[in-house]
Amino acid sequence: MQPSIPTNKTAIWQELEAIPDPEIPVVSIVDLGMIRAVECQDQRIIIHLSPTYNGCPALEVIQMQIRATLEQSFHRSVEVKLALDPPWTTDWITPSGREKLRNYGIAPPQPRKAPSGWRDETANVSCPHCGSSATGLVSAYGSTPCKALYRCNDCLEPFDYFKCH
Amino acid sequence: MTSTWQPLDHFLLMRGDDCLVLGHRLSEWCGHGPVLEQDMALTNIALDLIGQARLYYQYAGARLGQTEDQLAYLRTERNYFNAWLVEQPNGDFAHTIVRQFYYDWYENALLEVLEGSADEHLAAIAAKSRKEARYHRQFSSEWVIRLGDGTEESHQRMQVALNRLLPYVRELFENQPRHQMLIADGILSDVNGLWEGTEKEMKAVITEATLSFPVAAALPARGRDGLHTEHLGYLLTELQYMQRTYPGLTW
Ligand SMILES: [Zn+2]
Repeated sequence: MQPSIPTNKTAIWQELEAIPDPEIPVVSIVDLGMIRAVECQDQRIIIHLSPTYNGCPALEVIQMQIRATLEQSFHRSVEVKLALDPPWTTDWITPSGREKLRNYGIAPPQPRKAPSGWRDETANVSCPHCGSSATGLVSAYGSTPCKALYRCNDCLEPFDYFKCH
Repeated sequence: MTSTWQPLDHFLLMRGDDCLVLGHRLSEWCGHGPVLEQDMALTNIALDLIGQARLYYQYAGARLGQTEDQLAYLRTERNYFNAWLVEQPNGDFAHTIVRQFYYDWYENALLEVLEGSADEHLAAIAAKSRKEARYHRQFSSEWVIRLGDGTEESHQRMQVALNRLLPYVRELFENQPRHQMLIADGILSDVNGLWEGTEKEMKAVITEATLSFPVAAALPARGRDGLHTEHLGYLLTELQYMQRTYPGLTW
């Protein structure tokens, strides 16, 4: 007989919190607000996962990691369902996730004014290295879909900004 | 095969094909962008578009009993329903930006109404894609202004590109007879009705760029029926090469 393994939701959430984002490994998929719901059935665990960007290549790796981690810990079959609606937003990144991003050198997303017309105002981004607010956008697109490239005019360091989405 | 396609399948493939073909075109810039940042921007937009294409293909595939890969890699040119605009070659940077500009304004207008579609899954895809589309539109519109209001040469090249590509734009805003039922059911809306407002907004950007909105007749484009310009065949040959040469190949 198999040992009984606890499958309460708290235990599942704890396992999920240990799964890093493949591209920004200092934050977990829970920090990023990607887990919308955890369902626990008799022999099955269903995870509702919200993709960040449509074309993000990390998504498949994340799905694989969720299945592997939970199957190993709970000996249940695991299904990952993509939850498109409502669409993921950077507002779902947790306060501790934002702090981890900053410590890693990525400026966390800044709330944006409600859009009017086609132009969104450039966010007022503080440098994650020295804290200065004298920064400027270098490129709206950075090394991954979720980031833009900024430069600090005080310490002169370039840095990534996690785009508001 | 085509005879089993319902109007919604056709619409999903049409949307997926627009995204995939334009995404592929943009990916051709990889390693050739005028500067590193723009190289990365164009390939990032390519990635977003290919991601959007996958959502449409996955939905269509579930309905048709096919995988997204089969739909992307094994359909022939005559079964691709993208608009002529997106298959046009990259040309110079001005042509790429203008093609993107026209497309982005169309896509934003379309996604905005699709978000209210009676088909919940389609509405969710639209809501998800719209944030990215908005970011793309800001990128291409800012470049239209920067280059139009730039040097004499950049201004002139932008005007050439605007004039050359405008005849392809109206196809995007044509209602398709086979989508009539979708419109009646509230799944799709009257795309033709989106033209007037979109044209006005594009004009405002073009005027700000000190360029002039071209006066040009629309081409009798029939991409939605699977009839294409000569460019699509070459593009698909490259895109589908691996699956055609090694059928069923996986990573
Ligand atoms: Zn600094």
